[in-house]
Amino acid sequence: MYVAVKGGEAAIANAHRLLADRRRGDRALPSITIEQIVAQLGLAVDRVMAEASLYDRAIAALAIRQSRGDMIEAIFILRAYRTTLPRFGYSVPLETAEMQVERRVSATYKDLPGGQLLGPTFDYTHRLLDPSLLHDAPVDEALQREGGQEPIMRVADILAGEDLVEDDGALPEGHVPGDLTREPLEFPMPRDLRLQALARGDEGFLLSLGYSTQRGYARTHPFVGEVRIGEVEVELDMPELGFSVSLGRIQVTECQMIAQFKGSAKTPPQFTRGYGLVFGQSERKAMAMSLVDRALRAGEFGEDVVAPAQDEEFVISHSDNVQATGFVEHLKLPHYVDFQAELDLVRRMRREYEAARGDKTDSDIPEAAE
Amino acid sequence: MAPDGHQPHPGTGPERRRQAMGVLAKATRLELEQAWNGLPQRPEAVPVRGPETGLVMVRGRIGGGGAPFNLGEVTATRASVRLEGGTVGHGQSLGTDGEKARLAAIFDALLQLPEHAPTVERLLSKVSARIEAEDAQRIRETAATRVDFFTMVRGDD
Repeated sequence: MYVAVKGGEAAIANAHRLLADRRRGDRALPSITIEQIVAQLGLAVDRVMAEASLYDRAIAALAIRQSRGDMIEAIFILRAYRTTLPRFGYSVPLETAEMQVERRVSATYKDLPGGQLLGPTFDYTHRLLDPSLLHDAPVDEALQREGGQEPIMRVADILAGEDLVEDDGALPEGHVPGDLTREPLEFPMPRDLRLQALARGDEGFLLSLGYSTQRGYARTHPFVGEVRIGEVEVELDMPELGFSVSLGRIQVTECQMIAQFKGSAKTPPQFTRGYGLVFGQSERKAMAMSLVDRALRAGEFGEDVVAPAQDEEFVISHSDNVQATGFVEHLKLPHYVDFQAELDLVRRMRREYEAARGDKTDSDIPEAAE
Repeated sequence: MAPDGHQPHPGTGPERRRQAMGVLAKATRLELEQAWNGLPQRPEAVPVRGPETGLVMVRGRIGGGGAPFNLGEVTATRASVRLEGGTVGHGQSLGTDGEKARLAAIFDALLQLPEHAPTVERLLSKVSARIEAEDAQRIRETAATRVDFFTMVRGDD
């Protein structure tokens, strides 16, 4: 028999009212605006967009405000929001080679066409707290320099000239890109579907897996061929017009990781590649993604699958933080009936255990007396 | 989907219209509103579709140039309008601003009418100039962060 228990309505309503109060905090302070979050906490906004797999800065900022800065909660809210909208279609694939570049660095070539462009980076800062940010001190405008019109050549194309690196990554002719928002996941999966899962995967999870490959759990000897950040055009086919039109630009981060090069009976020794592409400015995530992408290609290169980062089902099944938080956090919801059943079971087992021990003790005595 | 019954006038080939729609997509709502309010006479525009907000699944390419994969979605808003004469215009843009998409659709329709095309062209030049100036500034700011390598001669005497 199952008896439904109701209750807690008033408590829930009051808890949500309390949440709203705490979210607003000290009323003597001005309320933070969506525009301020977008402008001044931009990388938090970018992370929420990337892991929610939904690019919209204003809405991501709203979610951050609503979640009191809890990133996974904000990502969850955005995922829920996207389910309320119709799908217009699939964009024309982005041309990252034509990116309006704000940053591009290569760890493999010092002097390369387009140069090393540091852009707005935390690299080379000393990570010392900056007390000037305690106050609203005026900030200098960025410096400008002429002569930035040189084409920014892709590092992959430099190496490809010598045929020393594998191609960008082809799939069989006529392969329709998989879409995990439409079809349930099945393993093994093609690389396009893996990349979709990794692009929305939790940054911390992918970072740790990428790190594990560096520490020897599926080592691939990686180099950053290049990381580039900037804006790319999003174009959509308009069937009523018979051509594609631009919807505007989005910012993305791309990482080309160049890895080891054993070669096989069929392929001569050449560099292999891992690829990372992420919404917004998110270099760490793009790098981690490219390391994990490369590790997950173990089968393609005949490498032994010995480490967690190479295990496709393990990685892809656990990379989504909305799924992960849903299953972990559901444990705090009422499990009264489940627990009662287990409690009864443990009580019974304990009785049997004690009964058995009692018997044994009884039978031990005569044995001991022998 | 509404049939597109416009008669393109000679100066507006599909490529010109494609480019114009791309510029309108990048216009700010304020730019479009100002241009709209500046029209000597504002034509009647009936909605054919929307404005409606939805999602476009953005595709990337494996390795940057290989097979396409689905990267993630963007919000987008689109609208279609019909002017009194029957000319249909389409507007589309990233984000959720319905009024912006509606105004873009009106200007797309106006661009197809010889008597209105010059006004729309003026708007397009203004928006393009703003975007080019912003891009140029970005490029100069990025160029200032370019590393100039130099070699230090180290004596071993």
